[in-house]
Amino acid sequence: MSGLAVSNVTKQFGDFKAVENVNLSVPHGTFVCLLGPSGCGKTTLLRMIAGLEEPSSGAIVIDGEDITGVPTHKRNFGMVFQSLALFPHLSVGDNISYALRIRGTAKEEQRKRADELLKLVHLPGFADRPVTKLSGGQRQRVAIARALALSPKLFLLDEPMSALDAKLRESMQVELRQLQQRLGITTIVVTHDQREALTMADLVVVMGQGRIRQAASPIEIYRKPADAFVADFIGSTNLLDVSTDSAGRAVILGTAIPGLAMPQGTTKASVSIRPEDVHLGQPGSGAIEGTVTFVRDLGATIETYIEAGGSSIVAVTTPRERVDVAAGDKVGVILPAESCVVVKS
Amino acid sequence: MRREKPQSLADYTPLFFPGVMLVVFFVIPFSTMIAVSFFQRDPSGFYTTAFTLDNYARFLSLFFAKILGFSLLLSVTVAICCVALAFPFTYLLTRQVRKVQTVWLVALLSVLSLSEVIIGFAWSTLFSRTAGISNLFVGLGLLEKPVALYPTFGAVLTAMVYQAFPYTILVLYPALVRLDPTLLEAARTLGCSPMRAFFNVVVPALRNTVVATVIMVFVFALGSYLIPQILGRPQHWTLSVHITDQAIYQSNMPFAAAMAVFLVLISLALVGLTLLAGRKESAS
Repeated sequence: MSGLAVSNVTKQFGDFKAVENVNLSVPHGTFVCLLGPSGCGKTTLLRMIAGLEEPSSGAIVIDGEDITGVPTHKRNFGMVFQSLALFPHLSVGDNISYALRIRGTAKEEQRKRADELLKLVHLPGFADRPVTKLSGGQRQRVAIARALALSPKLFLLDEPMSALDAKLRESMQVELRQLQQRLGITTIVVTHDQREALTMADLVVVMGQGRIRQAASPIEIYRKPADAFVADFIGSTNLLDVSTDSAGRAVILGTAIPGLAMPQGTTKASVSIRPEDVHLGQPGSGAIEGTVTFVRDLGATIETYIEAGGSSIVAVTTPRERVDVAAGDKVGVILPAESCVVVKS
Repeated sequence: MRREKPQSLADYTPLFFPGVMLVVFFVIPFSTMIAVSFFQRDPSGFYTTAFTLDNYARFLSLFFAKILGFSLLLSVTVAICCVALAFPFTYLLTRQVRKVQTVWLVALLSVLSLSEVIIGFAWSTLFSRTAGISNLFVGLGLLEKPVALYPTFGAVLTAMVYQAFPYTILVLYPALVRLDPTLLEAARTLGCSPMRAFFNVVVPALRNTVVATVIMVFVFALGSYLIPQILGRPQHWTLSVHITDQAIYQSNMPFAAAMAVFLVLISLALVGLTLLAGRKESAS
C-alpha cells in the first residue's frame, strides 16, 4: 500500500501509557490532523512516526516498508517543530539548504533549491538574511521551506502555528493547506486547535488519553461524533442523557423525542446536539420546558442558555430567526431527531 | 523595566560599599604594583623610589620571551583541553534527569574545595613510580615495570586541566541547559547523524559561550604557579612561577611587579583580539 500505516503502536514511559494500541492508515497525499487536548499522546505519536521516539511495541510502515527501527536521519521525512528550531548561526538560505549541504550537494544546486523554496513560501530574496531578524510568520515559512528541501515522503508538523497570533494563524492555515495540495505531499499536523484541524485536514484523528477516539473527515467528526469525548472536544455541544421508556420511545429530560432511535439493546445513553440545531419555541406539547437563564447577543449569532430539568442547554440562533427571549422567560426547547447523535456515555 | 537616573547624591549610596571595596582591594594594590614596577631594586634592602624602565628592559630578553611564550601556550592548551572535554560532558549531563545532574554537579563542585597544593601533591603521588597509576598499568599488562610519570609537561597539563574542569562545567552548564533540544532533533530529521548534528549544530549555536569559556579558563590557568613547580621541570615553569621566585626568593619586587604588569597587558591583548575576531566573524 502506498502511504503510511501505523499498526498496534504503543508507547510507554514507565507505568504511563502515552500512546496505547494505535492503528492508523494514511493514504498517499492525505492531509491528516492529530487533534486532542494536551497530554493525549498526539505529539508522542508524531515523534514516533518521525523516529525521534521509539515505539514500545507495534510497527510503522511507509509504502510497504517497515521503518520502525530506521533512525530519524535515514527516513527522509520533513519536520517542523513547535519551537521551529531554526539554526540561529545560519542565514535563511543556509537553514533551508542544510539538508542538501549534509548530503554534499554542489553549492549552486543548494542556492537554486533555497531560492526555489523561498519562492514557494512567498519569501523571495530572503536567502541572505539572518534568521534572528525575521518575524514570527517569516520564521514559520522558513521552517516549512527547510523541511521541504529534500521533497520528503512525509511532512510532519508539531503544533506549527502555536507561536503565531490569531489572525496570522488563520491565514497560515489556508496557506499550508494550499501548499500541501499543490505538492501532493502526505502531511501530518499535530494540533489542539479544532478550527485548525477542520480548516486543513482531509482526515481528522481525534485522540484522548493515548487512544484514537475517532478518525474521519472533518464534517463527519462534527456531524457524527463517535463518543461523548469527541462531541465535547469538537465545537461546542449539548450532551443530554437519553433513556428508553416502557413504550420503547427515546426520552430526553422527560419528553419523548419522536423519530429518535436508540441502538439495539441499550436503554441509557447520551445524545449530542449542536447548539445551532436546537430550536426554541413556545412551551407546549412535544417541547421540553425550560427557563432562559442568560442571553448572549454576539451580533452575528445569539446564544441562549436554558435551564431544563437540571440540565443546561445552549441554543445558537441568528438574529434573522427572531427568537426574542430574555432571561427568566419560559420557552419550549425542540430537539429535532435528525440532529441528535446518540453516543456512548 | 524603566530605570530612572539617580537624582541626588543619596541615590548613589548603594554604590558606596562596593566602590570602597573595589578601591581598597583592587585599585590601590594594583596601582602600587604598577608604581613599584618602575622603582629601583636596592640589593641591600627592598627597593628605592625612583623612575626607571630597567625592569621592563630586562624582561625584553629571549629568556623571558620563551617563558612568556610557554606560559601562554600552556594556558591556551589547558583552556582548549578543558572546553573540549567539558563541552560534550556537560551536554550529556544536561540530558540526564534532574537527580543525576545534582549528584554529578555536587561531586564536581567538591573538587573546587581542594586547593592547588592538595591537587598538585595528589597528582604527584598518582604519577609517582612507587605508588602511582603506572603500577596499575603493570598489573593490566600494559607496562613492563612501573615508571615515574612526572616531572613532565603531561603531568602539569593533566593536573591543571583537572583543576579547571569544574569551573569550565559551571560556565558551560547554564547555556547548555537553555539550549533548545529540538535543534538537534531538527538536524536529525534533515539527515544528520546524532554525532554530526552535535558538532554541526549544537557547537556552532553556542559559539559565543565556547569562546567566553575558553577565555575564562585561559585566564584562570595563567595564574597557576604551584602545579608547574610540583609536577614540572624548570623549563615547565610559567611566568607566574618566575614572578613568585623574583618577589619572594630573590627579593626583587620591582622586577616581579614589571613581569606581572606585562602578563596582565598580554592577557588583556589576547582576550581583546579573541573578542574582536569573534565579532568580525558574526558580522560577516
